Amino acid sequence: MRVNVIVNGEPRQADNVWEGESLLYVLRERLGLAGSKNACEQGECGSCTVYLDGVPACACLVAAGQAEGREVRTVEGLADGEQLDPIQESFVECGAVQCGFCTPGLLVTAHDLVARTEKPSDAEIREALAGNLCRCTGYEKILDAVRLAAARKEHA
Amino acid sequence: MTRPAPARSPQEPADTVTGGIGTSPLRPDGTLKVRGEFAYSSDLWHEDMLWGATLRSPHPHARIVRLDVSRALAQPGVHAVLTHEDVPGENLYGLKYQDTPALAEDRVRYQGEPVAILAADHPEIARQALKHIVVEYEVLEPVTDPERAAHDETLPKLHPGGNLVRYQRIVKGDPETKADVVVSGVYEIGMQDQAFLGPESGLAVPDDDGGVDLYLATQWLHVDQKQTARALGLPPEKVRLTLSGVGGAFGGREDLSMQIHSCLLALRTGRPVKMVYNREESFFGHVHRHPAKMYYEHGATREGDLVYVRARLYFDGGAYASKTPVVVGNGTTLSVGPYNVPNAKIEGWGVYSNNPTCGAMRGLGAVQPTYAYESQMDKLAAALGMDPADLRIRNAMSEGSTNVTGQLVDFPAPVAELIQRLKDMPLPPERGEDADIRDLPGGASNVTHGEGVVRGVGYGVTIKNISYAEGLDDYSTARVRLQVLGGEPVAMVHTAAAEVGQGLVTLQQQIARTELGVPRVTVHPADTSVGDAGSSSASRQTYVTGGAVRNACRAVADAVYSLAERRLGRSATGMSLAGGKIVAADGEVVASLVDLLGEEIVEETREFHHRKTYPLDPETGQGDAHVQYGFSAHRAVVDVDVELGLVKVVQLDCAQDVGKAMNPDAVIGQIQGGSAQGLGLAVMEEIQVVDGKVRNPSFTDYLIPTVLDMPPMRIAVLERPDPHAPYGVRGVGEPPTISSTPAVANAIRAATGLELPRVPIRPEHITGT
Repeated sequence: MRVNVIVNGEPRQADNVWEGESLLYVLRERLGLAGSKNACEQGECGSCTVYLDGVPACACLVAAGQAEGREVRTVEGLADGEQLDPIQESFVECGAVQCGFCTPGLLVTAHDLVARTEKPSDAEIREALAGNLCRCTGYEKILDAVRLAAARKEHA
Repeated sequence: MTRPAPARSPQEPADTVTGGIGTSPLRPDGTLKVRGEFAYSSDLWHEDMLWGATLRSPHPHARIVRLDVSRALAQPGVHAVLTHEDVPGENLYGLKYQDTPALAEDRVRYQGEPVAILAADHPEIARQALKHIVVEYEVLEPVTDPERAAHDETLPKLHPGGNLVRYQRIVKGDPETKADVVVSGVYEIGMQDQAFLGPESGLAVPDDDGGVDLYLATQWLHVDQKQTARALGLPPEKVRLTLSGVGGAFGGREDLSMQIHSCLLALRTGRPVKMVYNREESFFGHVHRHPAKMYYEHGATREGDLVYVRARLYFDGGAYASKTPVVVGNGTTLSVGPYNVPNAKIEGWGVYSNNPTCGAMRGLGAVQPTYAYESQMDKLAAALGMDPADLRIRNAMSEGSTNVTGQLVDFPAPVAELIQRLKDMPLPPERGEDADIRDLPGGASNVTHGEGVVRGVGYGVTIKNISYAEGLDDYSTARVRLQVLGGEPVAMVHTAAAEVGQGLVTLQQQIARTELGVPRVTVHPADTSVGDAGSSSASRQTYVTGGAVRNACRAVADAVYSLAERRLGRSATGMSLAGGKIVAADGEVVASLVDLLGEEIVEETREFHHRKTYPLDPETGQGDAHVQYGFSAHRAVVDVDVELGLVKVVQLDCAQDVGKAMNPDAVIGQIQGGSAQGLGLAVMEEIQVVDGKVRNPSFTDYLIPTVLDMPPMRIAVLERPDPHAPYGVRGVGEPPTISSTPAVANAIRAATGLELPRVPIRPEHITGT
């Protein structure tokens, strides 16, 4: 089948999509957007988190056909050209990136939290990020990064 | 036609960050990673590539009676289906012993063992086609009990030499001596998984010379190259490996997974072949941490001095040897912990079974005994009526101590100080009546509002050997080039050392900047066109590859001084490099590198070999087996809901000696991440194996700590330089994983008063149901 999706603001088309394919597969293998990661493909680790019509979702759990005509924003769509989004900058500055495989999904989740929550408390940050597994960092530096991005937004 | 490299690999890290050793520059790969542009091995893509897939045994132990691939090969979209008969070289590989078939021949020894592979146009076509491969099995009784596997000669022999991989005994002093106070216990540890997030994956591209280029995620390019080439029947130079982005490793990428398979398929089809395991297959596709059963007896004087330790340790290696010999070596030599013990008798067995194969994982061989001896130290403290931290301090090893194998500790060993640092840290405030319900065990959905919740505090201390041991020449190679590019001096560092997330690329730049006094340093992608760097494991890369980069840089600097001497007639004696300039002994600037070098390229390749180690005596286990030790200690504070069996780790503090903090932020990152893995082993992480079969091969059922499970940490980093190591460094990566597990377990015991002789501690262990 053919699937039409608006990805990072651009209308994109994928042909010969097999019915069982996930949005994640279409993004990664058909549209060349490999930023969203394939760590568990069961919706458990959050590495493939993307915005689907503005709401974070695990792309591995969305059938390609379900995305027809909808808006998807991936990690590749967070930066404004060369200018990183503040959450991306914070992750780099705080050392929240080690192997980085969880980073794209965490960034989308954290980007959403910072966008919708004024001064998130630690409990709120932890709750928001609880669906994103990281095996390298022990999370402390990720928490630092989200706190920093939230503080910068407040002072912006 | 020579095919181009795959799209999205290799990477070009930013060379704009600055900072020498002892500082914390930003990661050069950080920006690529946050933009989603860093190419991991599962992201690789080639225009005309096929997808590989693997048929795996459903049985832990069976004879293969018939294997027929003809129907699978006839499926539309399938290009090749291969079995062991298609392996042109040797069908056996292995890190220590060559005992693992690339594809099973007449017998399978574990559930998930690869039997056949195929390549198809689409990953789903490949998966579906696997169902058309006919395999008839004669199911055999599995060997699943490691203790029986070590001693019971009546069990089926899984390998020609029997079921024992390695036995090691260590005898020190008079092991039969008596003591005033004696405690004993039997401890078990479950099978932990590395659970790196990036799945096993890679892209093999056939070349016109009959060779193959493999782009992959691994921990050790050269050992993969050697084993893969042997299976392919090719000389190593025709099997060229390039490191792609690695999504974590933790030991799980030391053994081969898809390396031979993807290359076989690429060479057979003449097309690039990509293989990516899904999460379930990943659980079958890599080795795990050895589960263990450990019998311990400690004897001490009434004053609290250790008199003896006696232990018997059983490590279940599963179907193939992998790193089991090393686990037995590390497990026995580190079996008494960082303590002075005058008398000991230790025995360790590593065995074959039909359980999943176990091999390298962070803290290799030290995790298991540390959990046991640290449990014993608490038990001994209770028997003596002593404070557990004070008992540990009293017995702590120090510089000048002799370990259980008779080796002199001739470098700083600040064990007592690490424990004292933790003791001096404030405890978190007592939980108030108005505690946020989300902070209680079980979180918002499970708690009993705080009734039945008790608090406990526990310590864990460990010793881990750094680098490979027992006589291995465990070296690294670095090539460093200095030249003028775009009007400024630029250094390029090339090694085969794997950046697996730990920050090695950053560190190589830091060393080159420090040694050559140039701000711009690029790191060439790691591949097999440069000499061996050994493995990114055993906490060894900063030490060994760091040493190699240092040596190569110093050779480059010497070449520059000679050039200055020749061209400018200045004596090279006492020259140094700083700020892109050559400075004479008296501080005068001799020349700028730009002027001196011009078009000239200075390039040097050097190796670094750490000081020699020796094998253990097979009878007494005595010998100078280790290069260096890392030490860390944790203190955990836990709240336990004794009615529901739920645990919340409230605080997890760590003190660790790192010799020299080459990159302080990266050190903290290693400590925090390692601590999380140890916490996971204490309370949740286990591959559950029943009758040789894995019951939980998914992230739904194999639990790793989330951000809600990890508590805040206070960290004390000590820097007591090791005079034998480059820059005084001490390996950092493994110790924090090891000592956090017993700290958490001991805290749960302190809270509940329960014996808890097994980790992970599950709710039913606490509630007794």
